[in-house]
Amino acid sequence: MTDNRPDAARRAGELGNAPEPIGDRSGTVQRTDEWADTTLEAKSAGPEIGEASLWSDAWRSLRRNPFFLIGSVLLVVFLVMAVFPQLFTNADPRDCDLARSAQGPSAAAWFGYDVQGCDYYSNVVYGARISVAIGFLSMLGTLVIGVVVGALAGYYGGWIDSVLARITDIFYGLPLILGAFILLAVLPERGVLEVSLALIVFGWMTAMRLVRSTVVSVKEADYVQAARALGASTPRILLRHILPNAIAPVLVYSTIFIGTLIAAEATLTFLGIGLQLPEISWGLQINSAQNRLRDAAHLIFFPSVFLSLTVLSFILIGDALRDALDPKLR
Amino acid sequence: MGRYVARRLLLTIPVLIGASFLIFAMVYALPGDPIRALAGDRPLSAAVQAQLRAEYNLDDPLWLQYIKYVGDLVQGDFGTDFSGRDVSETIFQRLPVTAKLALAAVIFEAVIGLVAGILAGIRRGSFFDNLVLISTTLIVSIPVFVLGFVAQFAFGLKLGLFPTSGIGDGWYSYVLPGLVLASLSLAYVARLTRTSLAENLRQDYVRTARAKGLKPSVVIGKHTLRNSMIPVVTFIGADIGALMGGAIVTESIFNIPGLGRAVYDAVLRQEGAVVVGIVTLFVFFYIFFNLLVDVLYALLDPRIRYD
Repeated sequence: MTDNRPDAARRAGELGNAPEPIGDRSGTVQRTDEWADTTLEAKSAGPEIGEASLWSDAWRSLRRNPFFLIGSVLLVVFLVMAVFPQLFTNADPRDCDLARSAQGPSAAAWFGYDVQGCDYYSNVVYGARISVAIGFLSMLGTLVIGVVVGALAGYYGGWIDSVLARITDIFYGLPLILGAFILLAVLPERGVLEVSLALIVFGWMTAMRLVRSTVVSVKEADYVQAARALGASTPRILLRHILPNAIAPVLVYSTIFIGTLIAAEATLTFLGIGLQLPEISWGLQINSAQNRLRDAAHLIFFPSVFLSLTVLSFILIGDALRDALDPKLR
Repeated sequence: MGRYVARRLLLTIPVLIGASFLIFAMVYALPGDPIRALAGDRPLSAAVQAQLRAEYNLDDPLWLQYIKYVGDLVQGDFGTDFSGRDVSETIFQRLPVTAKLALAAVIFEAVIGLVAGILAGIRRGSFFDNLVLISTTLIVSIPVFVLGFVAQFAFGLKLGLFPTSGIGDGWYSYVLPGLVLASLSLAYVARLTRTSLAENLRQDYVRTARAKGLKPSVVIGKHTLRNSMIPVVTFIGADIGALMGGAIVTESIFNIPGLGRAVYDAVLRQEGAVVVGIVTLFVFFYIFFNLLVDVLYALLDPRIRYD
């Protein structure tokens, strides 16, 4: 079997590069798809002894990629900020004094004060937590749905595939922000869970297509048939032999997608339909400062910079991962 | 070809029905009593309420309401909003605004994205290539609404070059919002063009063209670009539909009275009929442009025939 594997994987890779079935192309023009641009070849992820594996090769090229290093440093900073905001600031974000409302940056308060007179630096620092939490939570949700639905559609094919593909098309017709916007308007409460739910409901489709196409491209491979002939159960074939091929493309996609999700949450909150006060979030900060662009632009500037840098860190890492995992680009 | 188009058209019907039902079901679940909202401060008598409920089919189950709605829809009746105004009237009034905005965005997307992508793709690894790579990464990292504020602040308030809100200045007022709406797609187009061009430049036919002594401008302009443009053109085409649906954020920031702004207001005011009507229209445009692009694909690329 080990002898068979590289060959099967290579063949699978060729299949993976073949033009997709026509009906599916509509999805690949969606933005997230194009960005992820996962022409990654389906690769066997099994451990190989004594020779360079895909992952060790990838790691070697990642370490030399300056964009990956910048992205990682940014990400670590924001993750620490999300978990331990006290490390970055001593000020209490809820300690407010209206007398200093909307004062600009100074030595005492680096980012100035917000409209309520609260220290803005500590507010912006504490805003990291909710963004990162929603980003990871909704990414995990989209992955679970995407992997389950994609594996079922790809593996069983036939009418199951057709039905699931149509359902995916239906959700694709609604842009992420628009769909989540309407869904959130319906929900009685809008906290972290509700916003994540709305993003999951309208965000799982690309992961599904990614997994589905990987499954389709390898399910007829020799090593899968060998496993089937040896009597492996369907769940075992899927989990042990087929789905590991999807790890690389899904990893690249979901890293970039976390950035998209964080931006989407901030957008929804900014539009007034996401998180609500007294939650501390970048979207809310920008929302409550939007009419002060003329006289207190710093209130928009600082949370925007933090928000954009967080999104940037995921995109940098995702881009670097794609380059490292795609042997064609070497 | 005809058979392919017919098959694709048939396949879009269940998608359109499913998507509109999805929106309808969500809006159906909107909190609050629409009749109470309609009445405002003056309470209506029970008889009037009952009559209104019957008129708007509010006592029917969800599926029956949906079927009645679609029945009206195919006859061109989008229903009325709370003030009794036809939703179709709102749509006719606002569609041109959103269409202009989307058109401005597509122009920016195509022109800037293509030029940047081509210049970067011709010389991979050059200074300009890296500039395009870095700037597109930055653009996609900045959420559109933040970019909107940056544009308003820099070009509108500080430099005073463009109007920052409304559409009072004709085409000129669409420049800034169009650029902001296009920003994300623009970055994709630049990257897609760059990758596609660089890939094609490695092909044998390009080496042949060079070897037989053609000028570099002809090799790139006549031979390579044609092949590299296929994925880019399809992306831009399909993006028109996505841009219209994505206008909700841009229109809110720049205070543009288009369809996106109408959906935004209607959701906050809980006017179900307006939301369902316009969002269904968005889905229709999205599907329509995707279909158009798939057909275009076959025309552009003789290697692909769907028969």
